This record gives sequence, C-alpha cells and structure tokens, in this order.
Amino acid sequence: VNIVFVDRTGRHVPVRGRVGDNVLHLAQRHGLELEASLACPTCHVYVSAPHLDRLPAPDEREDDLLDQAPLLQENSRLGCQILLTPALEGAQFVLPKVTRNFYVDGHIPKPH
Amino acid sequence: PRLCVVGSGPAGFYTAQHILKHHGGAQVDIYEKLPVPFGLVRFGVAPDHPEVKNVINSFTQTARSGRCAYYGNVTVGRDLTVAELQQAYHAVVLSYGAEDNRVLGIPGEDLGGVYSARAFVGWYNGLPENQHLKPDLSCDTALVLGHGNVALDVARILLTPLPLLRKTDITDSSLAALACSKVKRVWLVGRRGPLQVAFTIKELREMINLPGSRPVLNPADFTGLENAIKDAPRPRKRLTELMMKTALEKPGEKTAEVQAAAPREWGLKFQRSPQEVLPTPDGRRARGVRMALTRLEGSGDSAKAIPTGEVEELECGLVLSSIGYRSLPLDPAVPFDTQRGIIPNSSGRVEGVPGLYCSGWVKRGPTGVIITTMNDSFDTAQSVLEDLQAGVLDMSTSREGFGAVESILRSRGVRPVSFSDWEKIDAAEVARGKAAGKPREKIVDPQEMLRLIGH
Repeated sequence: VNIVFVDRTGRHVPVRGRVGDNVLHLAQRHGLELEASLACPTCHVYVSAPHLDRLPAPDEREDDLLDQAPLLQENSRLGCQILLTPALEGAQFVLPKVTRNFYVDGHIPKPH
Repeated sequence: PRLCVVGSGPAGFYTAQHILKHHGGAQVDIYEKLPVPFGLVRFGVAPDHPEVKNVINSFTQTARSGRCAYYGNVTVGRDLTVAELQQAYHAVVLSYGAEDNRVLGIPGEDLGGVYSARAFVGWYNGLPENQHLKPDLSCDTALVLGHGNVALDVARILLTPLPLLRKTDITDSSLAALACSKVKRVWLVGRRGPLQVAFTIKELREMINLPGSRPVLNPADFTGLENAIKDAPRPRKRLTELMMKTALEKPGEKTAEVQAAAPREWGLKFQRSPQEVLPTPDGRRARGVRMALTRLEGSGDSAKAIPTGEVEELECGLVLSSIGYRSLPLDPAVPFDTQRGIIPNSSGRVEGVPGLYCSGWVKRGPTGVIITTMNDSFDTAQSVLEDLQAGVLDMSTSREGFGAVESILRSRGVRPVSFSDWEKIDAAEVARGKAAGKPREKIVDPQEMLRLIGH
C-alpha cells in the first residue's frame, strides 16, 4: 500500500507499506518524528479526506486521548491505531505543526 | 558550548534533548538534587499509569549519549550557587519544577488527618521527603479538595482494590498502610461547577469504571447543562457529557447490580469552598470541613465562585488538599515572582539575567501534562539555540563545565551520582520488585541509594 507522510516542514515522504502495517511504526522506520513512548497523543496525524472515512471509527480510548491533542481537527487520528489496508492506497498523513504558541489555548483545561 | 540544566524531570531532559539534537557541538550537563533522576515521571505519575512513564526510555537514551552527563545528589542553591554554574557554563537552564503546594489558608489546616495531595502522592510514590507522612486512613470518609487529575489520582489510589495496586511500583510501605485503610468513601469537592473541572476524560472514565466502587453524582448538579456545552470545544463537551450520563442515566440492570454491591463509593461535590477544618473533641484531628456554598459569576474557565452566605458541614477523617503545586525560589541571584510562583521570563529567557533560562513548571506555572512540558522545553531550547547562533551568549572564553564544578563540590564534601550509578540503583529496584511481581520496589532512603553505589 503506497501512502505519503507530510512532516512538519511540509516535506512529502512517500512510503510503501504492507497491509496490516501500523502507521506509527511505519513512520518511525522512515525517520519521521512520531513518538510512541511518550504520554499520548504524540502520534497524532491528520488523515487525507477520502481515506478518513475508510478507517474504522475511533474507540472511546482513542477519542479520549485525541481530546488532549493540540491542534485537533475533524480529520485527526492517532497513528498508533491505524493499520494499513488496500483501501488506504494513496492516503496522506500530515503531522501537526507544533509551534511556539501551541500550548496557549484558552479553552482546553490544562490537566496534570 | 557547555550548557547545564538544573532538574532532571521532563522539562530538564526535553530541554537537553532539543539542544543536543540541534547543536552538534553542545555538551549538556544535567544536575539533580536527588540521587535518582526523572522528577515527577518517577514521583508524580500514578503507579497504575505505567505507560506514561515510557518517556524514561527516551530520557535514558539522552543521558547515555556522548555529549550529555548526569550529576545526581547535587542541590543547586545549596551545594552550588547559580552564579558558580554561570561561571562554569556558557548557559544555565533552570528546570527544577514545583516542589511545594498551595495552601488552603484556613483554620484547622494543621490538624491531624489533613495533608496536601502533593505529599500524599510523594508518599505512595516513594519520594524520600514524604516517607514519614503516615497518613491516617482509619476513617471511612475522605474529602479531596480540588477537581484536577491529581485529585482523581489520590481518590483512585485510596479506592483501588489492593490486588490491583500490588502489581504496580507503589511502595511496599504505602501498600501495607492502604491494606489497613478503612476509607470507603471519597468526595472530590470543588469551589466551582461541573463546567470548570480541570480533570480529563480518560482519568474520569477510569474512576467511573473502578472495580468495587460506585460513582455518586448528584443529578441536580447536571440538569440543564446541555445548552451550555452545545458549542463547547470537543474535550469539554465530551467530558461534561460523560459526567451527565453518569449522573442522569439509569444504569442497565447488570451495572445497577454491580454498583449496588460495591463496597466503596466516590462522588463529586460542586460549588463548595472550604472555610474551616473542624476538630475532634480533643482538638487534635480533623472531624469534618465547614464549606461555604458558592454561586458562579461568569462562565467557562473564567467563572468565579462567590460565597452565598450559606454553609454546610461535611464529615470526614481525612482531608487531602489538591489545589495546585507551587515552585519555590532557588537562589537569591535568580529573580522570582512570588505571586505567580514562576521565574519571570520571556520564551524561557530569564528577565534581566543573560545566559540564564528556564523551562517547565518553574517557567509557566504548575499545570500541564508531560507533552505540554515537552513543547515548552523545546521553546526554551529554541531560545538558547537562537542566542548561541546570534552571538548573544558570551562564547569568547571556553568554560570548563563540570571540570570547574567538580573541585567546588569536592571541597564541600558533595559526591555526585553518575547515570551509571543510577543504573545500578535501577537494577537493584527492578530485582527487588521481581520477587513481589512488581515492576520495581523503589528504594526510598537516599542513604541506602548512596550505600548501594559505594558512596
């Protein structure tokens, strides 16, 4: 399955994966800055439009973690929950830009 | 360039990591007052949340790398001054976090049975200074004051069935105390309403699903909230919906059965502000808390709790105040904003002191999870890197780094603990835990740690 990662600088990284591959592990193997060992949701990615709907809906656990993701969008998912299928051929996974001001958000309560 | 970081928690390590990654010539030394590293990842994250501690793997990689060195058992502000560090290094980053807590400031706060959640967390997590807490768990009702994740953590540890706790890295001595605990009811009490809770949904869900405990939420606190959250951001909306569902929906037959049989319970109380901890007849221990009932002015995060004049007494034998951690000033040479409890700074550059930076809770205030601190640390590291590039930092003389510090420490009788020393302590803890089926049995006495490494 051919997919494309778009990293934080906008660089497109085409990757050829296999059906069943975990998107997070794939990204890491190709040197992209996605961490799995951190407190979630650091494997947060934006999924390209037609492919978003071809993913199984997030379970409660994923939704709870996504709530904590900065720069959350409608097409946000956790990379560690996405397994490649033929239906994801051509999918693009964009890494959210984490900027200097990311943590300034009046709405989200700062948990600890 | 030689740089140093004070504090080996997430802020310290992430700042070091980012500098090392983006500057091939930098050497970063990390100083820590305890013999052991990792700060709140080791001493703050709950024992039943081991996956959150995975960041330790990343920090370990950094500490083991060639251009990074760890020096534990060195208390900056006592064994070394910040001025001495500034002479030895081109730049100094303060990442020493928040070791204290906000106080309630009410009568009775010093009675037996009243503790800060910070001390209670330190106690069960093996923080040396809290090992003698001996919290009194002989009462049936505990009040936790505060509606953040730390409040949920302490409530959960008080109510989690022992067999589940036994498999974690919670200390043996706190396990023994919890095994004798009579606490079977925990109220989490906040000054404001459901829309102002600071805890997050994952932790709330965990509490709702806690085996052996029944959630008790007052439906009256939640009626009519649908309108208020209609346009709320997703995290607030989902969190409120979960509380509403728990409070208002009739549970299915099976759940109802399980809940009715639960030996313990916990609940949320809102719009109650503590006025006084009431004493037992002998005047020595807490027997309850008098609360002022409040009403809310304004809405959302900025809503304020105003006393209505009405009061209520809540009976309890244990009070845990979870109203926030607090940083302390480190050294007279470092400016400190006592009101806000932070070091005055701009993007991590300490105001008025070139070459001095800060990151983490001591920079922004004591809120946020590890990832919040990660991004904040990268922000400070960026400032350091920019200043290195732009020639803002005085690079004209080479600095000796630890070379200069070593003799000062020796003359003061201070012997630093290296990272490989920590790895010996780590191995010992893991070995001790293995016998008991725990990931580790933490050593809680710094002297024992030092003896173990032959110091």
